[in-house]
Amino acid sequence: MTATTTLPAIELKSVGKTFRVSGGLLGKDRRVVAVDGVSFAVPPGGVLGVVGESGCGKSTLARLILGLLTPDSGDIAVEGQRIVDMDRKARARLIQPVFQDPFSSLNPLTRIRDIVAMPLQAQGSFSRAEIAKRVDEMLERVGLPGEMGNRLPAELSGGQRQRVAIARALVLRPRIVVCDEPTSALDVSVQAQILNLLAELRRDLGLTYLFISHNLAVVEHVASEVAVMYLGRIVEKKPTQALFHQPEHPYTKALLASVLTPEPGLGVPDVGLGDVMPDPANIPPGCRFHPRCPIAEPRCSTETPPLRPRPGGGVECLLVP
Amino acid sequence: MSALLDVERLEVGFGGRTSAVRGASLTVERGETHCLVGESGCGKSVTALAIMNLLARGGHRTAQRLTFQGDDLLKLDDRGMARLRGNAMAMIFQEPMTSLNPAYTIGSQMTEVMRRHKKVSQRVAIDRAADLLGQVGITAPGLRLGQFPHQLSGGLRQRVMIAMALMCEPQLLIADEPTTALDVTVQAQILRLLAQLQRDLGLGLLLITHDLGIVARIAHRVSVMYAGEVVESAATAQLFADPKHPYTQGLLRCVPVPGKQRQDEPLGSIPGTVPRIGPGFEGCGFRDRCTFADATCAHAVPHQTAAPGHDYLCRLAP
Ligand SMILES: Nc1ncnc2c1ncn2[C@@H]1O[C@H](COP(=O)(O)OP(=O)(O)OP(=O)(O)O)[C@@H](O)[C@H]1O
Ligand SMILES: Nc1ncnc2c1ncn2[C@@H]1O[C@H](COP(=O)(O)OP(=O)(O)OP(=O)(O)O)[C@@H](O)[C@H]1O
Ligand code: SF4
Ligand code: SF4
Ligand SMILES: [Mg+2]
Ligand SMILES: [Mg+2]
Repeated sequence: MTATTTLPAIELKSVGKTFRVSGGLLGKDRRVVAVDGVSFAVPPGGVLGVVGESGCGKSTLARLILGLLTPDSGDIAVEGQRIVDMDRKARARLIQPVFQDPFSSLNPLTRIRDIVAMPLQAQGSFSRAEIAKRVDEMLERVGLPGEMGNRLPAELSGGQRQRVAIARALVLRPRIVVCDEPTSALDVSVQAQILNLLAELRRDLGLTYLFISHNLAVVEHVASEVAVMYLGRIVEKKPTQALFHQPEHPYTKALLASVLTPEPGLGVPDVGLGDVMPDPANIPPGCRFHPRCPIAEPRCSTETPPLRPRPGGGVECLLVP
Repeated sequence: MSALLDVERLEVGFGGRTSAVRGASLTVERGETHCLVGESGCGKSVTALAIMNLLARGGHRTAQRLTFQGDDLLKLDDRGMARLRGNAMAMIFQEPMTSLNPAYTIGSQMTEVMRRHKKVSQRVAIDRAADLLGQVGITAPGLRLGQFPHQLSGGLRQRVMIAMALMCEPQLLIADEPTTALDVTVQAQILRLLAQLQRDLGLGLLLITHDLGIVARIAHRVSVMYAGEVVESAATAQLFADPKHPYTQGLLRCVPVPGKQRQDEPLGSIPGTVPRIGPGFEGCGFRDRCTFADATCAHAVPHQTAAPGHDYLCRLAP
């Protein structure tokens, strides 16, 4: 075997996932399209930033990559192995999540140090002393030293809890970390400390990140490439600088134009997307963005935009050359 | 006329160990947006929960004054408070899953709030719920009303919370990080909706956020908290142009601005962490991290006025 080709750390090929939901008050069951024909590869040590509309499928994508959900179609491989074929312990050593809202599912009577110890305990191969040592190191590293480990989740602020989630994800020293809005609960200074820490760990340990965030400045800072999702599809993907400085898809442009910079008196811009949000159970024909696109043409509602390749990715819009 | 919400010298402790809020004062006028910012853990959520009398077990509040529309909230019993909550004063919680019941559909939770406070039929309540879901940008409200919280994305849940808080047309809305789970285009839409409600209903808004972009764009007034105290308060333009407290200055320096990020440089932050502050703590809570600290900062720190309506808590001259 030669090592001339490096396997991507994460690779997706035409991955799709839908959910069936009861029609509720209207009766009929409906299928919600969460992820639709998504393909990409993240090289080892890379950071893929994922941004997009609330509800467009980012967290579903994260859960698919973590093996917490099974795709309806397509393939997902992590370091060359199909994620669905791996056993849970091996998977946990390779890839770990940092979720938004990690504590809604936790026992409120579990102390912080025990929460962080869970992944080590689940492996069943670490001694008590080793677990205690690793947990202390990790808590120190995320800025929760000493007595903090003995507190209960309710005794920490939202920001402090997010640090616990990061400590828990990194305590097994995984190679790939899937971060779903890891710093959205933090103030800018603590956020910077955490992101600088994640960057440092990536350099030291050669980690690969999938990084989901609504904060575009953060994504610009941490990501090497950025994917923009809209209604389950990646509509634009590029190296970070290109995406921020030469955005091509009208949705990407709208996102960038909606960012609120800290300049008093400018108010909240209206970027012309209208107030009608997309319905994932009823994907529009043609270009799925056409009902809201400020520059849509008649053919946009019938023709499906092809992928126009770009270095490091591509764009799906009929009006770009 | 008195302010819509008037909080003076609020103190909150947990079981005698932690002083979470230490003498915080703030007011919200009708039609005003007052933003509360500050380091994670500085006491913003606890302040909001203390106002609503929803502190976790072990939490205890005292205040020199705590009034809503001139009524003394400290004297109100549980039933009196329950009549106001979700009705004239509503709150959007930082973690939506803590206030959405996983066992009930969105529709039944939204209509329950309204029917508890107003004499309306289920039909009217459902129509209002569907209308509000539409206003916060949710399509197919009928579908969403029949779903359970775990079937919604984070952003959808957050929007449901916002719609639910508006069910009874509150006078005061306390919103704890209401848009952090939302993408920036939806965020803009919701902020415009809140601004419109403010114009139409004279809604007073106490908004807790980490996003200084939001603060700059929509706040009339900003209060900055640090370690349980309000360390600076001013009209928005004034605060951004001329911050006086060293913590505020540091905070404004670390805001990352998109289009201007450099990957080879670490993000700006304020080194150090907040000290553990228990009863009897004296002096400035920021002194371990402040580049201007000297021996006098370990003793009582003066409240100073830099300009009318611009107050700060620091020994440094304006
Ligand atoms: N139930 C509780 N028991 C003990 N301490 C608590 C409790 N709730 C909060 N605290 C403490 O009170 C302080 C203030 O917490 P609070 O949640 O108000 O912070 P915050 O400013 O809202 O932070 P964030 O921005 O991270 O949400 C923190 O130090 C926290 O650990
Ligand atoms: N378990 C589920 N059952 C039914 N529908 C679901 C389920 N999980 C997700 N969905 C739906 O799939 C779509 C995508 O959800 P997802 O959580 O992936 O969005 P997201 O991009 O992470 O959004 P946000 O930015 O708001 O967190 C949404 O319409 C959501 O309602
Ligand atoms: S294909 Fe048409 S509707 Fe779609 S993004 Fe391009 S211009 Fe807009
Ligand atoms: S009182 Fe002293 S330590 Fe506190 S902010 Fe002012 S100068 Fe810094
Ligand atoms: Mg999500
Ligand atoms: Mg909080």
